[in-house]
Amino acid sequence: MEVIFLLIGISLVLAVTFLWLFFKAMKDGQFDDDYTPSIRMLFDSQKKTTKDPSTKPKSHE
Amino acid sequence: MSSISNSTATQCYHCGELCDDAVYYFDQKDFCCHGCQLVYEVLAEKDMVGYYQLESFPGASQKSTSTFSNKFDYLDDEETEANLLDFKNESESHVTFLIPLIHCASCIWLLENLFHLNASILSSRVDFIKKKVHIRFSNSELSLKSLVTLLATIGYEPSIHLGNLDETKSRKVDRKTVKKLAVAGFCFGNMMLFSVPEYFSETALIAENFRGLFNYLNILLALPVVFYAASDYYTSAWNSLRQKRINMDVPIVLGIFALFFYSLWEVLTLGNAGYMDSLGGLLFFLLLGKVYQEKTFATLEFDRDYRSYFPIAVTRLQQSSEEVIPLRKLEIGNRILVRDEELIPADSVLLSASALIDYSFVTGEEVPVPKRKGEHIYAGGRQIGEAIELAVVKSPSQGYLTDLWNNESFEKEKTGQLVPLSNKISGIFTWTVLLVAFGSFVIWAMTDLSMGVKVFASVLIVACPCALAMSTPFTLGNTLRIFGRSKLYLKNGAVIERLAEVNTIVFDKTGTLTDPSQAKVEYHGIPLTEETLQILHAMVSRSTHPLSNRIHQWLGKRPPLVLDEAREIKGAGIRALYHGQEILLGSKDFAGSVDMPVFATGNQVYLSIGGSCVGMFHVQSGLRDQATDLITQLGDVYDLHLISGDHPHEYESLQASLGRKMKYNFLQSPKDKLAYVKQLNQEGKSTLMVGDGLNDAGALREGTVGVAVTDQVSHFSPASDAIISADSMWKMPGFLDFAKSSRKIIKASFVLSLLYNVIGLSLAIQGILSPVICAVLMPLSSISVVVFTTLATNFVAWKKGLLAPNTT
Repeated sequence: MEVIFLLIGISLVLAVTFLWLFFKAMKDGQFDDDYTPSIRMLFDSQKKTTKDPSTKPKSHE
Repeated sequence: MSSISNSTATQCYHCGELCDDAVYYFDQKDFCCHGCQLVYEVLAEKDMVGYYQLESFPGASQKSTSTFSNKFDYLDDEETEANLLDFKNESESHVTFLIPLIHCASCIWLLENLFHLNASILSSRVDFIKKKVHIRFSNSELSLKSLVTLLATIGYEPSIHLGNLDETKSRKVDRKTVKKLAVAGFCFGNMMLFSVPEYFSETALIAENFRGLFNYLNILLALPVVFYAASDYYTSAWNSLRQKRINMDVPIVLGIFALFFYSLWEVLTLGNAGYMDSLGGLLFFLLLGKVYQEKTFATLEFDRDYRSYFPIAVTRLQQSSEEVIPLRKLEIGNRILVRDEELIPADSVLLSASALIDYSFVTGEEVPVPKRKGEHIYAGGRQIGEAIELAVVKSPSQGYLTDLWNNESFEKEKTGQLVPLSNKISGIFTWTVLLVAFGSFVIWAMTDLSMGVKVFASVLIVACPCALAMSTPFTLGNTLRIFGRSKLYLKNGAVIERLAEVNTIVFDKTGTLTDPSQAKVEYHGIPLTEETLQILHAMVSRSTHPLSNRIHQWLGKRPPLVLDEAREIKGAGIRALYHGQEILLGSKDFAGSVDMPVFATGNQVYLSIGGSCVGMFHVQSGLRDQATDLITQLGDVYDLHLISGDHPHEYESLQASLGRKMKYNFLQSPKDKLAYVKQLNQEGKSTLMVGDGLNDAGALREGTVGVAVTDQVSHFSPASDAIISADSMWKMPGFLDFAKSSRKIIKASFVLSLLYNVIGLSLAIQGILSPVICAVLMPLSSISVVVFTTLATNFVAWKKGLLAPNTT
């Protein structure tokens, strides 16, 4: 049963880590703007189709 | 020369506007103006035409942007620059701009790829919702001025106003509450886990030594909750006690202390479980309610004052040169130059021969007013047409309009006389609880002292008004959302409680009850032939002047007709040639009127054909579509007043359509409006001020609730408690009713949560309250109150038709 001491320790450390990660994300502004990233992520693929064809045409399709 | 007729639909590649004047042809693309073409050239040069591939016509027309070279000179001023920058060190600077034009994916793409245009820009990030862009740039190679100039060149001119310079950091507060909520949630969750064995203690699942450990861990986890997450409640309770009042936070703090110290005592001396998990849950739910109520409409600003509209810099004329200086350096007696589409920053006297001033920001009336040399021009107007020279007679903050903000009502925080409902009952509540606690302590202590202490503590614990305190934020938070869906955006939840108290409504006239697009047009003079009507139609359809739009609407649909020539002369009218005949449409001087009736009200547009004046259009602003209905409906329940800055000549026609119940007041200056509302408030009335222009700002501020009406919600609105979209105006009676219903719902949920308190108290008095009962009762009461308020507000809103499907 003594293993429970260890497990409690681990679970607390894990939970504190998540809390810390949440604070970090908040400080970085991850929750400030929840709309623009949804558009921004589309650009990368867009850029490839508009720019890459000239340099390396259809290498991975 | 055959000019381009309306039927040739050449669209500008940049902005998508119809190119009707002339087409600029470049790189196999059509552009409506030189500005649009320039933007394309800049982008094409840097291989950034991807901008045009994401969305078609992503740009805005560059026709009306003023392009004089020293426009941004004031940004070289060190103090101004320091105020604008977020951060600066030896090598790089950070700045955040508000760019109102940001509207589509292309905008984001272009603004985030600025580094392609100029290598000195290190990175840029767009916040689409707030229409802001954050730029990092290397300050040794690029000045702030060149950066702004670059943005202006590609059509994204940032709006820089005095308001930007002393912006407050309101965002931080919001984050703090979320942080506290996260801590409370974290502690609550873990405490619950450690408490689970306690609830099944009889079955003795685990050895005794674990129980001790779990209890100590619970204490450890409770510390951040008590000392960090709950801190706001302590300050609030302390502040209200210092003012010898008891608000809702006082009994909450009482409960928190009772829970914490009694549990501490139980764990440390008796080895029992305590109520730490309930404490965690309590704070978690309370903070959740707080965050829920803090809903903000990020794109809307409620606290803007005149400085947000006024230019940051002006062009000052010296003996022979001109220089751009920051507005705060402007002094009385300075000569200034105001160009097309620029705001007049201070009350001044006109030195140029004539000017055409658009006061739509100030009064809501969008037809520009002509001014002559020597006339006084008030700050806030916008010059239309060629540049004018002015002599400043008053400093920008002391003008006719801006003096409004020096009034005392802008200094005090608007809390109103109204005490929030929850605070009203918290006094009685607290005293009752203390009475019950001491009473039961005395009765038990006569037989068993330790039992007396236990009962005393459990009464305080169970009476903690968790559910009571949550009913208000959740009801108000949900009401706020429902209002938002119907396009009434409130500044915060407290406005709802104030709205429910309203018994008097004060309306502004121009722009609020009247709508520029609902104009009444009358024609006087020689009857017009069908051909003339068609010519007129062709003439006004190419002008953007508000009067042209109104006449255009009055003419209705006409078959297109090709004019030989047509030109709009800003500040005068439209001149056209048709079959060799000259047709003039415009001001009295322009068209040369003879013997036309003169009206004291509205605007007159004269028509002359072949050199002789044939008639005149009399254009009056009309009432909004539902205004009459709205006023009749409201008139049955509320005291109605109308305050207008106009002359009383429309009194009779207004009375005919709006009824006699309304009290009409004309010729009211911005200060008079403020005084009028103040007077009503002093008579003990709760006023709702409905206005739209900067001249209503004082009255909006003074009213119990100030609502700003606007046709485009994200555009312009003076500081107010709420912003309403003009097309939702007719729902006003519903909104007011709903605010009252919300209050009733809060009351009903009070009854519900008090019921839980009675059950809990009766158990506590008997001394049979256990951690398990406490752990079940507290979340149960909180959750059921939340469910009740949410369902009730939604039901009432649905019944009042405020839940109609909306696409916002």
